[in-house]
Amino acid sequence: MSLAGTIMKGYVRPLDLKHGRVDMGHGAGGRAMAQLISELFAAAFANEHLERGDDGAVLPAPAPGERLVVATDAHVVSPLFFPGGDIGCLSVHGTINDLAVMGARPLYLAASFILEEGFALAELARIVASMARASREAGVPVVTGDTKVVEQGKGDGVFITTTGVGALPAGRDIGGANARPGDAILVSGTLGDHGMAIMAQRESLAFESEIASDTAALHGLIETMLTAVASIRVLRDPTRGGLATTLNEIATQSGVGMELDEAAIPVQPQVAAACELLGLDPLYVANEGKLIAICPVEDAERLLAVMRAHPLGERAARIGTVTADPNAFVQIRTAFGGRRMVDWLSGEQLPRIC
Amino acid sequence: MKYVDEFRDGALAAKLATAIAREADPGRRYAFMEFCGGHTHAISRYGITDLLPANVRMIHGPGCPVCVLPIGRIDMAIRLALARPDVTICTYGDCLRVPASDGLSLLKAKACGADIRMVYSAADALAFAQKMPEREVVFFAIGFETTTPPTALVLRQAQALQLANFSVLCNHVLTPSAILTILESPEVRELGTVPLDGFIGPAHVSTIIGSRPYAYFAEEYRKPVVIAGFEPLDVMQAIRMLIRLVNEGRAEVENEFTRAVTADGNLKAQALVSEVFELRRSFEWRGLRDVPYSALRIRAPFAAWDAEAKFGLEFVSVPDNRACECGAILRGVKMPTNCKLFGTVCTPENPMGSCMVSSEGACAAHYNYGRFRDVPVAAGTVS
Repeated sequence: MSLAGTIMKGYVRPLDLKHGRVDMGHGAGGRAMAQLISELFAAAFANEHLERGDDGAVLPAPAPGERLVVATDAHVVSPLFFPGGDIGCLSVHGTINDLAVMGARPLYLAASFILEEGFALAELARIVASMARASREAGVPVVTGDTKVVEQGKGDGVFITTTGVGALPAGRDIGGANARPGDAILVSGTLGDHGMAIMAQRESLAFESEIASDTAALHGLIETMLTAVASIRVLRDPTRGGLATTLNEIATQSGVGMELDEAAIPVQPQVAAACELLGLDPLYVANEGKLIAICPVEDAERLLAVMRAHPLGERAARIGTVTADPNAFVQIRTAFGGRRMVDWLSGEQLPRIC
Repeated sequence: MKYVDEFRDGALAAKLATAIAREADPGRRYAFMEFCGGHTHAISRYGITDLLPANVRMIHGPGCPVCVLPIGRIDMAIRLALARPDVTICTYGDCLRVPASDGLSLLKAKACGADIRMVYSAADALAFAQKMPEREVVFFAIGFETTTPPTALVLRQAQALQLANFSVLCNHVLTPSAILTILESPEVRELGTVPLDGFIGPAHVSTIIGSRPYAYFAEEYRKPVVIAGFEPLDVMQAIRMLIRLVNEGRAEVENEFTRAVTADGNLKAQALVSEVFELRRSFEWRGLRDVPYSALRIRAPFAAWDAEAKFGLEFVSVPDNRACECGAILRGVKMPTNCKLFGTVCTPENPMGSCMVSSEGACAAHYNYGRFRDVPVAAGTVS
């Protein structure tokens, strides 16, 4: 975000954040862009790195022995505002969670905005304020960024890409390839909330519901878990494709099978009902504030207790076991009494959910 | 979830499983066809096969509207949408991925620039047409008797509104004629190579047509029919009723789904359908080929809203891959794993045949939910 703060106060008419709209000038690199950056972005994200107004942020090296982790995530969710959140806080939580499930301590974020000509500045301001709040609450500042404007019809209001940098403590090894037969599989709470909250808002469906997105930054919960149970082998956030797809990814990476207990998988009744109505399976519906943890079986109950003691893990549950299976099949014991596979999602269940 | 969980109760399922095992004669084999994809899905989704004795086999029938839709019909919609930039095709979500000619599907045609939209009801398509008077909105209508009345309703509304930019490409098909085709297939009728002891009759279709139309099959072909709901306990109960009917030598129609199905069905819906539609002399089904009097077309007074007439669309039959065994699978002659293409060339991501197209199809259900049974479980499994 170069040029931030270069406009002298008193010599420009302030941005009309009430009735103004994004125009091509806001992406042209001139005064209008500098004003948008300083009055909206730099003002909301306020930190020493942005205030310097350089092309990039100069950051201190991590502690000796620590390694850097980088993750990036694009956000194109529709609608932009939904019960429980909006594209702004979602874009902060999404990247923080990608760093946190690697076992890293999230440190900094970079944000890139693609704005559509004609987009209301009032809505943009709301989104940026929500991003800034999420970043402050998480303690992870947005230290650099970029803004581009595309012609009307070439975007959908706003797309946000965030990139995060985190520090991974020495000796910590969390990854999808680490699951071992016999390990326990845990989830941090109810599944499918985010996807169904979005779905309920879609114009073509428009059913009334009280389902709110679970969007949240999970690094606090994860740090608590790792401090208490250092033996955790796998952490992952089941976003697009839901629990089913994420478990299949892990099974394939680790070359193991899994056996789930359907009755143990937490799903809110209103989410289950909405899924029933639309013919969806909550196991395939996206989450934005939940995680899967895999740990040695002897530590499972202790980990579950630690998760349940945290506000973001109150409804944590132990849902299954890792098995030895070179086919990497994820199977489930149905609450009805039979068995079946829980396969990869084929096709797409819902477009543009995050 | 009230009114749903009651029909998925594991404890009741275990009791029913015990009753079925007790009543099934160990000295014989039972083969029942569930006609509907909804039942196929319930059987796979809840693992009902695990609760049945080894001598009770379920054959997955052709009652999946997406699966039986012939390639040539989808080609008609795709060609229209690609040739006419002013046309918007509206259809149900599960139609979008059905593979058509030239490596296309409605979804891929959309990526090529065709205006194709997913709707949740026929009424949504009509609303689109009213909202976008500059577009020619075509509703690509598919389904059995359950989805036919809503299509009839929008056609009548379009006529009442004299809505000139709306039309329907009608692919509605009829359940009884498909069952008849299966019963008349040489394997079942003459050779006796396919043992077929009875049918689980459709759930939602029967709410419209009632239980009466099945009496003919029971009597003429000596096959009992039990109409059942789509919940897993409905299916278990229907299997138990079929076993009893077979044991007692009674070829009759019984109704497990009394909470929704009557003998006469929904007379109002039937009247609406016959006002708007008439029988086609013949219609191609994927997997069953041409089936006489098995589909509906739009009657002459509604011709202005019939996309086939309006745009002069021609149906061109397209053969399935020669190695595809869908026809034999739909008639119960073969199982999905008997097909050389299953799971290698033909997968849910790239379906070659009709049974792999929708999750209600026999091959897709086995691939998605049951293929772990085909591989020996590796040693050292921890449970």
